[in-house]
Amino acid sequence: MTAAAHTGFIIAAYAAAVIVVVGLCAWVMLDYRAQRRNLADLERRGITRRATPPRPEPAQQQAKEKA
Amino acid sequence: MAISDLANPTRFLAFANRTIPWLGGLAVVAFAFGINQTIVAPDDYQQGATVKIMFLHVPGAWLGMLGWGAMTIAALGTLVWRHPLADVAAKATAPIGAAFTLMCLVTGSLWGRPMWGTYWVWDARLTSVLLLFLLYLGVIALWRTVEDPSRAARAAAILTLVGAIDLPIIKFSVEWWNTLHQPASVFRMGGPTIDASILIPLFIMTIAFTLTFATLVLAAMRNEILRRRVRTLRLMQASAAS
Repeated sequence: MTAAAHTGFIIAAYAAAVIVVVGLCAWVMLDYRAQRRNLADLERRGITRRATPPRPEPAQQQAKEKA
Repeated sequence: MAISDLANPTRFLAFANRTIPWLGGLAVVAFAFGINQTIVAPDDYQQGATVKIMFLHVPGAWLGMLGWGAMTIAALGTLVWRHPLADVAAKATAPIGAAFTLMCLVTGSLWGRPMWGTYWVWDARLTSVLLLFLLYLGVIALWRTVEDPSRAARAAAILTLVGAIDLPIIKFSVEWWNTLHQPASVFRMGGPTIDASILIPLFIMTIAFTLTFATLVLAAMRNEILRRRVRTLRLMQASAAS
């Protein structure tokens, strides 16, 4: 049995594995960039997960100013 | 950090950001070593150079089954404990497990043609692995079809638990039925039947692929958490606008 007779099958198998691994890496990286871009876009428009701090009541504000 | 701390998505993101570069780096080193060992590995006395396809085929099979096993544990986490990251893990693992199962099927087919004289036979091992691939596609389709993530998670978890029956069928198919596929030669009572000169490259390539799998799953989980944050913020934006 010569190796040359089966070289095509071996190369095709390794090419398939490279396509799978590189394809998965590219998919994960592109998806990460897309999600980061979406989050940055939302934050730029002022939409964040943190609630805006409540405004102090006028009475509290006056008491602070007196103090 | 306790493992239970990782249940918090923010802490998990910090853990993933720290771990992914190291795991990915380890995978690259393992691949460099494994490919070197693959090149210098001798030909098999019966199968010749085609035995080198085994260094891809076996890790593909192992990771296809490992992926579904991990999804089965995650499905229990979703249905029983309602763990906040369980359905994130299941959803992230499905496409990666499917890709490695496909790699197992394709490389097995390319190995079968010169050794068996055919790319495909409907024997128990090949058919049960094809069924695993179709189950992966079914779970992915389910996630994409149901818009509400919590409803999709429950439906996918039930399908995952039912599909887990296929794992022992794959493992023992070569013992329960007459198959063209060879019986177990690595994980078996009495030890491996493969010579060390071929077993060592196989072991290193399996570690390399497993590290790659772990890196990809962590990265895909990170993406899924970010995707859910984007979804929540868009819903907040929509409700504020209405």
